Amino acid sequence: MSVLLYLIPIALFLGLLGLGAFIWSLRSGQYEDLDGEALRILDDDDDRPIVD
Amino acid sequence: MGCCGVRYDDECAAPGSAAIWVRQNDDGGYELNLVVPGIHCAACISTIEKGLKELPGLGEARVNFSLKQVRARWTDPEFDPESIVAKLDELGYAARPFDPSDAGFGVDDRESRELLRALAVAGFAAGNIMFLSISVWAGAEGATRDFFHWVSALLALPAIAYSGRPFFRSAWNALSRARMNMDVPISLAVLTAAMMSLYQVANHQQHAYFDAAVSLLFFLLIGRYLDHRMRARARSAVSQLMTLAATGATVLDEEGRKRFLPMDALQNGMRVLVAAGERIPVDGVVEEGDTDVDVSLITGESNPERVGPGARVYAGAMNLTGPVVVRLTAHGEDTFLSEIIRLMATAEESRSAYVRLADRLAGYYAPVVHVLAGATLFGWLWWTNFDWPVSLLHAISVLIITCPCALGLAVPAVQVVASGVLFRNGVMIKDGSALERMADVDTVIFDKTGTLTMGEPKLSERGPVSIESLAVAAGLAAGSAHPLSRAIVKAVEERGIEPETVTGVVEHPGRGLSGTWRGRSVRLGSLEWCGVRDEAALSSDMPQLALAVEGRQPVVFSFTDTLRPDAAETVRRLKAAGLRVEMISGDREGPVRAVAEELDLDGWKAAWSPQQKLAYVEGLAEAGRKVLMVGDGINDAPALAAGYASMAPSTASDIGRTAADMVFVGASLRAVWLAREVSVRSRRLMTQNFVWAIAYNVFAVPVAMAGLASPLFAAVAMSASSIIVVANSLRLGLMDRNLDRSFALTTYGEAGERGGIRRKAA
Repeated sequence: MSVLLYLIPIALFLGLLGLGAFIWSLRSGQYEDLDGEALRILDDDDDRPIVD
Repeated sequence: MGCCGVRYDDECAAPGSAAIWVRQNDDGGYELNLVVPGIHCAACISTIEKGLKELPGLGEARVNFSLKQVRARWTDPEFDPESIVAKLDELGYAARPFDPSDAGFGVDDRESRELLRALAVAGFAAGNIMFLSISVWAGAEGATRDFFHWVSALLALPAIAYSGRPFFRSAWNALSRARMNMDVPISLAVLTAAMMSLYQVANHQQHAYFDAAVSLLFFLLIGRYLDHRMRARARSAVSQLMTLAATGATVLDEEGRKRFLPMDALQNGMRVLVAAGERIPVDGVVEEGDTDVDVSLITGESNPERVGPGARVYAGAMNLTGPVVVRLTAHGEDTFLSEIIRLMATAEESRSAYVRLADRLAGYYAPVVHVLAGATLFGWLWWTNFDWPVSLLHAISVLIITCPCALGLAVPAVQVVASGVLFRNGVMIKDGSALERMADVDTVIFDKTGTLTMGEPKLSERGPVSIESLAVAAGLAAGSAHPLSRAIVKAVEERGIEPETVTGVVEHPGRGLSGTWRGRSVRLGSLEWCGVRDEAALSSDMPQLALAVEGRQPVVFSFTDTLRPDAAETVRRLKAAGLRVEMISGDREGPVRAVAEELDLDGWKAAWSPQQKLAYVEGLAEAGRKVLMVGDGINDAPALAAGYASMAPSTASDIGRTAADMVFVGASLRAVWLAREVSVRSRRLMTQNFVWAIAYNVFAVPVAMAGLASPLFAAVAMSASSIIVVANSLRLGLMDRNLDRSFALTTYGEAGERGGIRRKAA
């Protein structure tokens, strides 16, 4: 059962990584304009979301 | 004052001075936010962004498609922000600068981000704890079980502390005001579950409820976030309508130079220039110029009023025919508008007394639950001969099992779906309790001008008018912005008549138009000016115009109001649903009676002041009636605030939209019927959800009181009841698909004839 001692922390670390990624995406303004992003993908030029 | 909608599209292009709205950022850069209502497709985004990039000195421009806004940033202090508006205009987009902190966008944004972060944390914790809990339920024992429980505790406690804050805050607010709401039992259950589980784990016990506590928060946060986002979207749509209204005035200084000043900078005695086609921005006295003003938004009067030097004009009136200079006489405290605002403040107190359905239920629910938990504690103490730990455990598990997860979702889930259905159909709900109040309504009171009617006159079918006179009148009226002139031009187009050529047309503000037709002088205008002697015509209070051709008897054209599309059908449906439908108007008796008779209303009142309207609505409320007030004008605002529920069209005055619970876009009055229908269905679903949640408790509470509720039982029962409640609420979304589309798509102008046609109710 000692395998759990490092498997569970690894699982939690990966989960936290996901949570961190989500919070980063939130902070970087990727949820500001959900309808716009769906249309922007049709545009070939590079552009980035506005950061607050 | 002003609006941008069905009635006066060209108002959006009113002059603006972008420099006033420029904000300086912390990093020293400049920022300008603009509302651009014309953004509607993918191409718009790249057209605007690429177009603005061409401006020298502009750092970046970003379109927000969902909000139909553009945010521009630059660092060069020399950059002229006016060029952004000019460039957008060149690209074909009307734009209006605004201050995002004024319109309330910034505040909403922070709140929704906080909810989303709380949701993410709760989701992460709930997922991982459930993972560990399943291993425990599957038979983990001894040290392994304790290890799993400790990891769960490590995840759950910070997650509860972080994600539970919206609930704890709201519960604390309610308790500190000696009130009860659903968040009180929710907070209590989550906190006791966490405490008890911690105690259990410390004592190497088998049962821990961390999973139940955190997934409860997770479910409830989903509901709360969706609810918040829906309302934020509706609110921002409403505040954008307001942003488009005039926020300043063109002021003339001593030397006659023009300057655009924002509202705050205006002072008594200033001279304001109002061009034809603009709204008068301030209360004042006309100093130069003659014109006709449309005061329908202020008084409900449908016939334009003639004003000349010395006449008083009020903010919100539409200047129709000639430019005027207005000297500002009242500003701030003593305007007509501030009188209306004082009336509204008294009227709104009655509405804030409304207690929401869920909170009313919580008032009964929470005491019952707490009594049951207490009874469990004492029952087990007696049964086990004062074994405190076991008795407390069972009492707390009653609290956890009865935690109103389904109850907490019962209202928000329905509300999210309902406001989604209404939003897609052009109705924006500003207040969460509006849906509940709307469902109770038993009387509907409409305003006339701008609400039941379009505020656009239409040439009456009655009366002998020759084709030739119509053609001459249309020739004269072709270039005029006066609503009656436009009605004549429209009538001629509809009848397929070719307008005669009239030369040398001159507009005489306040009187009419003159010109030359086949060598004879012709006049189209007020009856007196055209020399009409007919007593019957002169004493009529319907809007009228006369056409005088040199050497002939003058011809009188009479006008009626154009009803909003679907007005007749909407009134018929509301009456069929057992509601009393009335109309109160500030307009004169003739036009009001005509509309009332056409729509077969249960009652009508004409020539009423805002005070009378307010008194009438309050009187009905005292008599126990629940009134839905539908109106658009400044004069309707106090009555809108006093109504049990209220609606305003998006073309309404700013203050009308502010006072109303719901705002509908588009011309069709069907929105009123739809809003009520959706509200009634929502309430039915909410009741079903409550009944289900209570039935679940009736089954689960005895199990918990008997001490048989395991964490597995709690998790399964709570999730199942939440899912059932959400699934039931989603049924309302199906309504959107089943809506009577033919009613929705009734075309302009045929509403009147369709009143009698019986069709299946949606």
